[in-house]
Amino acid sequence: MYVDPNQLQARAVKKEWCLAFLLLLVCLPVAAAPKIQHWQTDDGAGVYFVPLRGLPIVDVAITFDAGSARDPKGKAGLALLTNSLLDEGAAGMDANAISFGFEKLGAQYGSDVDNDTASVSLRSLSDPKLLQPALANLRRVIGSPDFTDEALQRQRNRLLVAIQGKQQSPGALANDALQAAIYGDHPYATPTEGTDASVKELDREAVQDFYQRYYTAGNATIAIVGDVDKDQAAAIAGSLARALHKGLPPPPLPPVPPLTAARDIHIPFDSTQTNIMLGQPGDYRGDPDYFTLYVGNHILGGGGFESRLTKEVRVKRGLSYYAYSYFIPWRRPGPFMAAAATRSREANESVAVMKQTITDYIKNGPTKEELKAAKDNIIGGFPLKIDSNSDILGYVSMIGFYGLPLDYMDTFTRNVAAVTVKDIRTTFRRRLDVNHFVTVLVGQPASGEAQK
Amino acid sequence: MRFIVLLCLSVALTGVRAQGNDASVHEYRLDNGLKLLVKEDHRAPVVVSQVWYRIGSSYEEDGHTGISHALEHMMFKGTEKHGEGEFSRIIAENGGSENAFTSDDYTVYFQTLENSRLPISFKLEADRMRNLSLNKAAFAKEIEVVKEERRMRTDDNPGAYTYETAMATAFQTSPYRNPTIGWMADLNHMRVQDLRRWYHKWYAPNNATLVVAGDVQPRQVLALAKKYFGPLKPEEITPPPSRPEVEQTGIKRIVVRRPAEVPELIMAWKVPVLTTARRPGSDVAEWEPYALDVLTGILSGGDSARFNAQLVRGKEIASSVDASYDLTSRLNSVFVVSGEPARGKTVADLEAAVRDQIASLKSEPVSDEELQRVKAQVVSGDVYQRDSVFYQALILGTLESVGLSWRDADKYVDRIKSVTAAQVQQVAVKYFTDRHLTVAQLDPLPMTGKPPRTMTGGMNHVR
Repeated sequence: MYVDPNQLQARAVKKEWCLAFLLLLVCLPVAAAPKIQHWQTDDGAGVYFVPLRGLPIVDVAITFDAGSARDPKGKAGLALLTNSLLDEGAAGMDANAISFGFEKLGAQYGSDVDNDTASVSLRSLSDPKLLQPALANLRRVIGSPDFTDEALQRQRNRLLVAIQGKQQSPGALANDALQAAIYGDHPYATPTEGTDASVKELDREAVQDFYQRYYTAGNATIAIVGDVDKDQAAAIAGSLARALHKGLPPPPLPPVPPLTAARDIHIPFDSTQTNIMLGQPGDYRGDPDYFTLYVGNHILGGGGFESRLTKEVRVKRGLSYYAYSYFIPWRRPGPFMAAAATRSREANESVAVMKQTITDYIKNGPTKEELKAAKDNIIGGFPLKIDSNSDILGYVSMIGFYGLPLDYMDTFTRNVAAVTVKDIRTTFRRRLDVNHFVTVLVGQPASGEAQK
Repeated sequence: MRFIVLLCLSVALTGVRAQGNDASVHEYRLDNGLKLLVKEDHRAPVVVSQVWYRIGSSYEEDGHTGISHALEHMMFKGTEKHGEGEFSRIIAENGGSENAFTSDDYTVYFQTLENSRLPISFKLEADRMRNLSLNKAAFAKEIEVVKEERRMRTDDNPGAYTYETAMATAFQTSPYRNPTIGWMADLNHMRVQDLRRWYHKWYAPNNATLVVAGDVQPRQVLALAKKYFGPLKPEEITPPPSRPEVEQTGIKRIVVRRPAEVPELIMAWKVPVLTTARRPGSDVAEWEPYALDVLTGILSGGDSARFNAQLVRGKEIASSVDASYDLTSRLNSVFVVSGEPARGKTVADLEAAVRDQIASLKSEPVSDEELQRVKAQVVSGDVYQRDSVFYQALILGTLESVGLSWRDADKYVDRIKSVTAAQVQQVAVKYFTDRHLTVAQLDPLPMTGKPPRTMTGGMNHVR
């Protein structure tokens, strides 16, 4: 753990607390980030393991390179539909029997899909009488899903209702429009849920093919965190990998082309607010600029109340409840996006303030004081990011899936500390171009006395 | 001191993380009435500090709804000692994360910090407990932010708007009829002097609970609390006049017609909670709220529960449907079922199916298998929640702020385990009658200017 000596000196504390604090400092080295153990199963699945004995809990997450970027052309939504069908009947047991199989043990099954990944997860108490049958059920789900027509039709219909529901959410519409405009023909362009038209076309054959192709041991990253030893973890990982068929990771996704012109999109919508989203392609996991952009964006729009966008849009002008910017790193460059929502007649002013704030920042970079404050916040706050089993599971899965260094958590604060004002200025100039931003507005026309 | 040394050793010996959570809670009370609860969790060098005020929208008067929440926003706008924005800046530079939230029954301010920095949180929280500036110009800007929050959360969200309408319909005299964020008209009329009055009335050490959880030593936390909060003066707290909900005499129905895409059903039955069961002379038995909690689990506590098994799957009437019940509210509450019909089904179909479910709870005891499933989930859930220090503090603060005790958290698992199938049936019969029911439905109007068909500029490839 990194401790900033300046902060220690600046602290005005009473004597006895000082002593307590010094003693805690002695403890600090052992509070370092957990060490990840890594190996491969015989079937080629990568395993990432952190033993944590504080609570009688075991968390297992299996991540496949099977996110919505793998949806075949015209079949948007297939990755999500396939993932959602795994526990809807497997090895001849129907969905009720599968879910009851987890829940009677107090175990929790979860599944998730984003652009890059499809995952399943299990949380169980570590008592073998509960853990072992839960794992057996998980093996059925990942290794022998039935994909019955009845389940397929039901889950497809539910997905269609969810897509319909997005049509009444201005934020969701803005997000989809931004992603589509940033990514054009790239697989990242389509929403994870798919579209009404694409989902209606999805059939059992497509689901089967997708499952066979991507849910393989060679395409799996298994993360195990919690109250088991290495032998137990190896046995768990081995049995899960054996439940899958062998196979290889898919070929890399195509590169993301840069934007070459600005684009303004206005989607008329019956709402009191206008949702604003700006963006362009950002950075990727393992990007050499990752830490510079992360720290730099913390000052621009990622650091909550202390960030420039929040101060300019919310604190100084009261234009929006929120204003933020993020780089979302994926396998290929994920979006850089800035967002706010404001009463419609102020939409143009809000966009102007946001763009001006970003332009100034790209041009001049942060002040020394801002950089110090950002580093203090990120470094001082890092223990909070790894203070629970579920937080650590998230990091371990991410590190494993993207092939980041195993000491990523250990070196995180050092990498943050190394970023300079000059790094941020030169890197933001090289990576962001406001003149080529996509600008999305969802709401009533900004001129708008009419809607008052 | 010695204990800290021992702790260090145990951390070093066990490797990555320390064991030895002391499950119990340490309770103290300062001379000025501030209650302090400390829960140890030494797994990570982190501390959560939460200040709970017994004030929220259920204390508010007509014409002034939303004032507790607006005041929560203003609590970040500075004191004499710490100017606007300084609170957040200091927490941020110390690596902390912080925020606040307001509910019907309480307002909570919290920070999570590396454990040595707890004094920073105490110093700032103690300062704004009694010394808030409440500047007129800052309020003028911030109330606009609050209105944006209302537009975002409620006015532009048909589901949330329908829920707000359902509660305003179900409750006739209970303050739970008002939304926590406030009615827009009240926000438009709110003045900074109203907030000053509200602040002085409720923000005092004897109307607050300080909850600290994490890698700390209780006695040291007490010493710190005395140092920072000890000098604060208490206030005479006068609870608002009690205006309980009048007896409902028949079913209430309300239709919400809004531009929307997906219809929605909300059914809300009036039910008691733990605080009412404990009131002297109450006709509600202590076990009843626990039985209602188990009943909620039977219907909607997981993918194998009845709603998912029989309405989402099975009859395929719902695209989604959930039951919710919170036994820890301050006043009598509602048991709420909310859902969206499946494609090709109507809200009426869904209501009929939910009514069938309720009828079968009344006519037949739940199976032993189902009961054991709910109890297994409660037992494991009690362990899982210990993975979040924040959540542990949240439970203690909630209980203390609604008139219960943190000790109820320790009793919860046993109380749930002792609920019988007959008791679940009894509460179903007693409370799920039309006399206590409100039904609200969202009836979508076409959305004008609706994408993508009327969209400008070649966006059709988007979807």
